[in-house]
Amino acid sequence: MNKLAKLITLFGLNLLCFSATAQDAEMADAMRANGKIYVVVAIVLAILLGVIGYLVSIDLKVGKLEKRLRDKK
Amino acid sequence: MKKNWWKILSAALLVYTLLGGLLFAVPRLNIVNETIRALYFHVPMWFAMVFMFIASTYYAILYLRKPVITYDTYSISFATVGLVLGLLGIVTGMIWANYTWGSPWHGDPKQNGAAIALLVYFAYFILRGSITNQEQKARLSAAYNVFAFAAMIPLIFIIPRMTSSMHPGSDGNPGFNTYDLDNKMRLVFYPAVVGWILMGTWIATLLIRIELVKEKIEELEDEQTR
Repeated sequence: MNKLAKLITLFGLNLLCFSATAQDAEMADAMRANGKIYVVVAIVLAILLGVIGYLVSIDLKVGKLEKRLRDKK
Repeated sequence: MKKNWWKILSAALLVYTLLGGLLFAVPRLNIVNETIRALYFHVPMWFAMVFMFIASTYYAILYLRKPVITYDTYSISFATVGLVLGLLGIVTGMIWANYTWGSPWHGDPKQNGAAIALLVYFAYFILRGSITNQEQKARLSAAYNVFAFAAMIPLIFIIPRMTSSMHPGSDGNPGFNTYDLDNKMRLVFYPAVVGWILMGTWIATLLIRIELVKEKIEELEDEQTR
């Protein structure tokens, strides 16, 4: 089984576990049922990816500066 | 690209943490309810902070053994990232406490200990800022760094466990056993810890590289003026 298939199985199993848990404490079940939780996930994911992308760009800029210094010597 | 595999791993782990942390099943407990998910995001801040401070102290000791200025650059950079992670840990903890304990600052031993530990590290930066001579700054702050680390360990890990604390994972309890009854949470929590440690290290290496570039430019300028 390749890595991707394993990951998808992992996700699936976890979702299964979720539906099987007892309903005692109050949780945000409605948000999950109507799928609005994915809106939140998408928003936070966009921010995380943006920050990571910014970090990559800073990394590349520093790399360029280092290269310029190396070439100067 | 080969040298950067761990940066990609860190990004992948954090994306996984976010998806798993918001979507996977969690134990259904009263009072905490969905806020149990804060564990995935709040606790890794502290784990990563401790790792950054260990790295910082390691380079401080190296500097005290052999005064190479690069060690000082490493030490300050890791401490900076550690402090930022610690502040995020305090802020996220306060948001959580406001909804589960009833107020942002509850004077809980773990909360107070963490705050004092951060203040001890604040003093490290104040000490550095007050000395202009570079060698003196590096030597004194390296010695203080070792002290700060030695003060942080009991403040965060020992004292909160010796008294009664409302903080989950305290009370002489070595882990989060009460929370991780079914081990499902570990599946997200441990990748989150590794992801944040790698991300913190990545940011620290950027700070280090920028500082080293600055030092090299200054060297070149010195040569030109001579």
